[in-house]
Amino acid sequence: MGNHGHTVAVGHEHEIHHAHAHDDHHEESFVSKYIFSMDHKTISRQFLITAVVMAVIAMMMSIIFRMQLAWPGEKFAFINTLLGDKWGKDGILDPNMYLALVTIHGTIMVFFVLTGGLSGTFSNLLIPYQIGARDMASGFLNMLSYWFFFLSSAIMVGSLFIEDGPASGGWTIYPPLSALPEAMPGSKLGMTLWLISMSLFIVSSLLGSLNYIVTIINLRTKGMKMTRMPLTIWAFLITAILGVLSFPVLLSCALLLIFDRSMGTSFYLSDIYIGGRPLDQVGGSPILFEHLFWFLGHPEVYIVLLPALGITSEIIATNSRKPIFGYRAMIGSMLAIGFLSFIVWGHHMYMTGMNPFLGSVFVFTTLLIAIPSAVKAFNYITTLWKGNIQYTPAMLFSVGLVSSFVTGGVTGIILADSTLDITVHDTYFVVGHFHIVMGLSAIFGMFAGVYHWFPKMFRRMMNKKLGYLHFWTTFLSAYGVFFPMHFLGMSGVPRRYYTNSNFPIFDHLGDINQFITIAAIIAAFAQVIFLVNFFYSMFKGQKAPQNPWNSNTLEWTTPAAQHVHGNWPGALPEVHRWAYDYSKPGAEHDFIPQTVPLGPDEHDGGGH
Amino acid sequence: MTLLYILAFVLLCVALGYLFRVIDLSRELKTEKEWAPTENDNRMMGRFFLLFMFLFISWSFYQVYQYGWRSLPKSASEHGDKVDELMKYNMYIIWLVFVLVNMVLFYFSWKYYGRKSSKAVFFAHNNKLEMLWTVVPAMVLAFIIIFGLKYWNEITEKSSDPKAVKIELYSKQFDWTARYAGADNKFGLDDYTQIDGGNSMGLDTLDKNCFDDIIVKNEIHIPLGVEIDFQFRSRDVIHSAFMPHFRAQMNCVPGQVTRFKFKPTVTTAEMRKDEQVIRNMKAINAIRAAKGEEPIEFDYTLICNKICGASHYNMPMKIVVESEKDYKEWLAKQKTFKTVAVK
Repeated sequence: MGNHGHTVAVGHEHEIHHAHAHDDHHEESFVSKYIFSMDHKTISRQFLITAVVMAVIAMMMSIIFRMQLAWPGEKFAFINTLLGDKWGKDGILDPNMYLALVTIHGTIMVFFVLTGGLSGTFSNLLIPYQIGARDMASGFLNMLSYWFFFLSSAIMVGSLFIEDGPASGGWTIYPPLSALPEAMPGSKLGMTLWLISMSLFIVSSLLGSLNYIVTIINLRTKGMKMTRMPLTIWAFLITAILGVLSFPVLLSCALLLIFDRSMGTSFYLSDIYIGGRPLDQVGGSPILFEHLFWFLGHPEVYIVLLPALGITSEIIATNSRKPIFGYRAMIGSMLAIGFLSFIVWGHHMYMTGMNPFLGSVFVFTTLLIAIPSAVKAFNYITTLWKGNIQYTPAMLFSVGLVSSFVTGGVTGIILADSTLDITVHDTYFVVGHFHIVMGLSAIFGMFAGVYHWFPKMFRRMMNKKLGYLHFWTTFLSAYGVFFPMHFLGMSGVPRRYYTNSNFPIFDHLGDINQFITIAAIIAAFAQVIFLVNFFYSMFKGQKAPQNPWNSNTLEWTTPAAQHVHGNWPGALPEVHRWAYDYSKPGAEHDFIPQTVPLGPDEHDGGGH
Repeated sequence: MTLLYILAFVLLCVALGYLFRVIDLSRELKTEKEWAPTENDNRMMGRFFLLFMFLFISWSFYQVYQYGWRSLPKSASEHGDKVDELMKYNMYIIWLVFVLVNMVLFYFSWKYYGRKSSKAVFFAHNNKLEMLWTVVPAMVLAFIIIFGLKYWNEITEKSSDPKAVKIELYSKQFDWTARYAGADNKFGLDDYTQIDGGNSMGLDTLDKNCFDDIIVKNEIHIPLGVEIDFQFRSRDVIHSAFMPHFRAQMNCVPGQVTRFKFKPTVTTAEMRKDEQVIRNMKAINAIRAAKGEEPIEFDYTLICNKICGASHYNMPMKIVVESEKDYKEWLAKQKTFKTVAVK
């Protein structure tokens, strides 16, 4: 397969040389270079910056609803300033807008930041770089993928400004709530825009994923066997396969909802009396929607998580100056997680009244996922053991990821167990669980990736001290936000409540909510440190050397001073070894790039 | 107010400007690679991780001490005791894993911080180790799965007790209605097109089985020690009937009937004397007193636990557990469907 990849790549090479000849005569225009670019590096930066903007919006939303939860009924002038008199009269958040903010916060974070942003940025940047390809298999589809993403983001943000407010049925948009405009204002135009935006998002995701798969399979440079690929690439490959298999199901799920909403069909509706009249629709089932939604929804968790795990595998090995422990076991567990993620969706539905036996099957499959996950966590820790750990900001976030992956993962065991789920289903226990295991882990992975590959993206270095400050404030405050939520859940507090003090049974938990909100505000300010560092370093950071982290992978063999169209100015590099020869006995340096030929008697892949 | 925001923003910008100035100056002082971690950096970060380990683990236990007693009191249902017991063992396991793994992680993060003089050990894989941490979690999980499913099967089994009290909980935006099966212990049919002011549950006025059904709002009473066989319906969107004190929860789905059964084991009066409940109510009433509100007594509460619209947070219903005798007296005072709606 490697050989085949090579011939394709060589074909590419001719085109590149041809293009270079042209460059001598006229510069690329601004539009083709920065806007409708087909270069994977530019597209990667476009994804990243769009995701940063979306993340800032979603984080501000969370601060607004956290203020309401901590101090219900208090007047906050800034809420009125931001939301106006309709949604924030006298500075008090409107209950419908509360639900809208919760919904859009979830949608943006899950899809736009941690799916589009994370995969879009790093798959695009690293796949061609790390497998030794000139670019993606199809630059044009890649460009379309970004612009569909942009359009979808614009519509989602635009839906915030319409009269009835954006979609507000929760990010899972269960019908009939989301299907019936009578049920809530957010199920009017806002929901339509949500569905349009998500459909475009799915198109973007599919175009991207297909491209990633084809590129990884076909365009690997000479010597880059599958078993020599860095774990980042394995993670992106498995993520892309999950996306291709599951996102189309979400599209059909959304399409049937669109039919129910506007064409009078009854896929999800039956026996409903609302707005003072009985509806005509009979025979549908809202549970069908839940099955279709979670058939995407659960793999989606791993679409979010796997790239982050891939990124940290790379960063932990590089900065521990050690090979990643159990390279093949890491691949195996990612494959196992990917496969299992398709047969566990029912654990979101234990309380829907589905057949208890079916529930038992999902308990079994869900708990199985803990095994490959445990293997990954222990392998990370063993990689640190007897390492020589270099604490770059990226490495700090990677260690943070391992911690949050474990801390958030263990509570999953409670939720996966249908018997225990009866008490904590849909409570803050769930909110705490998934924010730590998926939210924090994935965002830590994303931060780690940005700090680590910033020199490859912007040719400059980010500030280390600000990075340290950013990590520690984020790490402390993030646990401060999400850890206490488990206790709220154990007290029976349901999620998506506008206030917990409307009736008295949760009144004694008010101070926990205040603690959480204060931690969330600190966390938000911590991100200002990141934004400052990010944009400042982009223009004023120290110039990046070719291989700042003394890393083995191919992206660090590309020129540091400028981005070359086609990545390598001369011939493509040839790969002779796996990516993890760090501190190999007998070697002169503590790293051996993949392009260095194997010595006599030297074994590849961790043998020596 | 807006002026204040602008002022704050300007101040922030000025502060950031100075920050950059400082960064620039400090960079000019040492032109060497600012971004590369030095041995001092590594040592400091390693120590921070070690410190974090102590803080994090002790803070997590502190929370158990501070927040633990505020969690739900003892279970008020028979199966709930088993759920709680299972929860307890599972919690022991996950706390142990959480504490140990985080400790090892942060300990290594400190112990092996990068030093100029040292070199990492080339250690790429070890089958025995990898086997160990595949097999041990698998065995622990087997234990968790077996016990979990045993209880799950018991809890979700269909009610077979002929003496069980049948209650239907009917949800709509944004309240609950309950129906007791009445003297014949049979629910009459329902038809959503017949919903109107007098027939809020849409019962079939032609079905005689409906006539003796008893419809109540605001609160339900259930007898101690008798199995309650709940069925759930919804009028408009999905709601979820969550009775946390009984460790019971089931979605109410329009167009279909869902079920859940449990046997109450603690009356409302008894639960009010529970130590943990007294402590919680004391805290709640202290907060209420500070706001100038009347003190209240503990009650079991049914709440909605599936997002259902603007007032999702505001649809509680009181549940009273009492002796069978008191329950029968209360039930006798309620009106049947026939007297309310059938002409």
